[in-house]
Amino acid sequence: MKRWLPLIVFAVLVGFFAKGLFLNPREVPSPFIGKAAPAFTLPLVGAADKNFSPADMKGKVWLLNVWAPWCVSCRQEHPVLMQIAQDGRVPIVGLNWKDKDREADALLNKAGSPYTSVPDDLSGMVGIDYGVTGTPETYVIDQSGIIRMKHVGPIDPDVWKDKIEPKLKELGA
Amino acid sequence: MIPELGHFALIVALLLAITQSILPLYGAQKGNVILMSVARPAAQGQFVFVAIAFGCLAYSFLTNDFSVENVARNSFSQLPKVYRFTATWGSHEGSMLLWALILAVWTTAVSVFSRHLPDDMVARVIGIMGLVSTGFLTFLLTTSNPFLRLLPAAAEGRDLNPLLQDPGMVIHPPMLYMGYVGFSVAFAFAIAALLSGRMDAAWARWSRPWTTVAWAFLSFGIALGSWWAYNELGWGGWWFWDPTENASFMPWLAGTALIHSLAVTEKRGAFKAWTVLLAITAFSLSLLGTFLVRSGVLSSVHAFATDPARGAFILSFLVVVIGGSLALFAWRAPKMLTGGRFNWFSREALLLSNNVVLLAALGSVLLGTLYPLLMDALGMGKISVGPPYFNAVFVPVMVPALFLMGIGPLTRWKGDSLPDMAARLKWALAVSVATGFLLPMTLKGFNPWATLGIALAVWIALSVLIGFRERLMHTQGGLLRRLGNLPRGFWGMQLAHFGIALGVAGITLVANYQTERDVRMNVGDHTELAGYTFTFQGTTEHPGPNYRAARGTIEVSRGGAKLFDLHPEKRIYNAAGMPMTEAAINYSFTRDVYVALGEPLDDNATTWVVRIFHKPFINWIWIGALFLAVGGFMAASDRRYRIAVKAIAPANAAVQGA
Repeated sequence: MKRWLPLIVFAVLVGFFAKGLFLNPREVPSPFIGKAAPAFTLPLVGAADKNFSPADMKGKVWLLNVWAPWCVSCRQEHPVLMQIAQDGRVPIVGLNWKDKDREADALLNKAGSPYTSVPDDLSGMVGIDYGVTGTPETYVIDQSGIIRMKHVGPIDPDVWKDKIEPKLKELGA
Repeated sequence: MIPELGHFALIVALLLAITQSILPLYGAQKGNVILMSVARPAAQGQFVFVAIAFGCLAYSFLTNDFSVENVARNSFSQLPKVYRFTATWGSHEGSMLLWALILAVWTTAVSVFSRHLPDDMVARVIGIMGLVSTGFLTFLLTTSNPFLRLLPAAAEGRDLNPLLQDPGMVIHPPMLYMGYVGFSVAFAFAIAALLSGRMDAAWARWSRPWTTVAWAFLSFGIALGSWWAYNELGWGGWWFWDPTENASFMPWLAGTALIHSLAVTEKRGAFKAWTVLLAITAFSLSLLGTFLVRSGVLSSVHAFATDPARGAFILSFLVVVIGGSLALFAWRAPKMLTGGRFNWFSREALLLSNNVVLLAALGSVLLGTLYPLLMDALGMGKISVGPPYFNAVFVPVMVPALFLMGIGPLTRWKGDSLPDMAARLKWALAVSVATGFLLPMTLKGFNPWATLGIALAVWIALSVLIGFRERLMHTQGGLLRRLGNLPRGFWGMQLAHFGIALGVAGITLVANYQTERDVRMNVGDHTELAGYTFTFQGTTEHPGPNYRAARGTIEVSRGGAKLFDLHPEKRIYNAAGMPMTEAAINYSFTRDVYVALGEPLDDNATTWVVRIFHKPFINWIWIGALFLAVGGFMAASDRRYRIAVKAIAPANAAVQGA
């Protein structure tokens, strides 16, 4: 028996490694889930005289997508967001995060905007309030303004189908 | 054309690796001399083709061939030539190719320096190394091909990660891999012994120098990595217990246990099963380290684009190699006879306790490294394990090991007398305890950790001195001659142990007596630390080859007299726009003065956060590691491995002839 011990220990470790391959170590659970979305008021990209505040979305389930023109993986998820917007499934608000070079407006005009509104978080302070660790990140916020889910990284069709859409159904949107 | 040539060479190398494993292993089992004789030429041929592939990749990097995806991702036209060359192994694909190349180097070395070994042993050892190589080359060709084209070619590369643009990074990975991969030789010898069922002292003697050399390379490689982190990360630390570091440290711990256990197996024929298991463990941990670092299981390097195919491949490979060898071990272990008997107080017993302690330390590091993964896999939440855990667990485990290190080398094989030993060591013990208590008192008052560390360092150093004295006591002639006549194995061991003493002293002193300060400094401001006065004289713009730097000037003086200027830099790399901190360090034997620029606090960069460290005796850590490496190389070159060769060869010839 004793001589089989190393093999048994190794087999157990392999089980964990196999599981670990399909986990994302970067994905940290957000302490904001189940809490009210932090309030803010920011001017809109392309219309600096108008403001956006999460209170405007009261009564709706909506997505807050944190993105930036300089973010490469945001471009990756752009077509997916466009599709979602076209289907009219859920309103998406695009928080333009730390856009120091002021490129967001031109970029959205060129590539098309999946967003219902684009608040401009130039200083990144709102991002800090929401615990943003990097772009893109997407928050699912319910009718009463409570954060229900956070997804770190680009939304691809699988993430949408397996993770976000079921959550939206659960919330009745 | 050149990348295609490299790709083709890699395919040829894979075919040779398959030949190198199947034919000799089968031949050794059947006693077929012709099949066994394929081993050497196949191994050497494989080396040639892997080297061609590596050369082709290096050529693509040196000539800025951005039509190769790997080059476009990891190089940049303005990158200095030396870093364009080292960028060859700066990526995942390139570093795996380096792995394969170094494995081929070791295999070729075995094929050349094994003239005296029995044919079937050589065939098995080279065959097993061929199996490992087959796995790695398949991995390269199927999931990590460095020669893939990018058409149309990129106009410019994305640059090598600026962190890797450091002289330390030039030689750190090759040295580290020489160590990692070198354990494959010990592994192959162990598996060959299991396959043949011949587990004798000769086997331990053959694999011992190879293991020691690999261990010396690994020691040197780890030290370089730590030196790099100290210089390049700008945090003043030299060891962070992060998964990548642990991945290299665990094979080192297992390898340290292995070289000690091999000593017992060679000299006394004992611990055979244990030694074989350690050889498997050391190499398994090398592979595991590769898996952990390369698969993104622990810390995903590729942000959101982890490639599960790579992880799945390496994991299957681990299952085959490690699982297969552990199963073989379990099957063959009962055949291994235990060796000579020994007393509870003997060198064997002390080396056994050394092994137990080292493995306990290894277990604690392994647990800490894998714990976040285990918790996550069990759905018990995300946690991270940091230095407090490792320091709290690792340090106490190592204390008995360091104490026993002072006794072990002075103890006789089979059995020694404890009262005699106490008499031989009483002065050393008294001196080390006294130094441990008195030295901290003269510095900053009583400090139990400093006392413990200093006492242990002095204890080991005195034990080394006593070792030399006792060896020289009964010899004749001039001192230098007598020292020169001592076997290199003895010299190597004592140098390595002395290196540990230096390292322990350095770690203790820097951990307990370093001082640091983060200050906001305007031009002309000054601050004091550890008796030095630091005056900030502002920053100037300095364009580098592929970056722009703000270079600060900080004048360091003591008692009003200017000592030297330090020039820390904050660099912005052109390609990625990534900021990097380049610390400025004034080195000396007894202390480092370390200055790093933090962030500019205003727009015209006149006010900066400046980080200043005073690090007493930190260099002793790396000097100690250098002693380890030199000791290892020295021990491996001991005369008896060359003499033993001639004595064993005819004996085996006779056995085979009979």
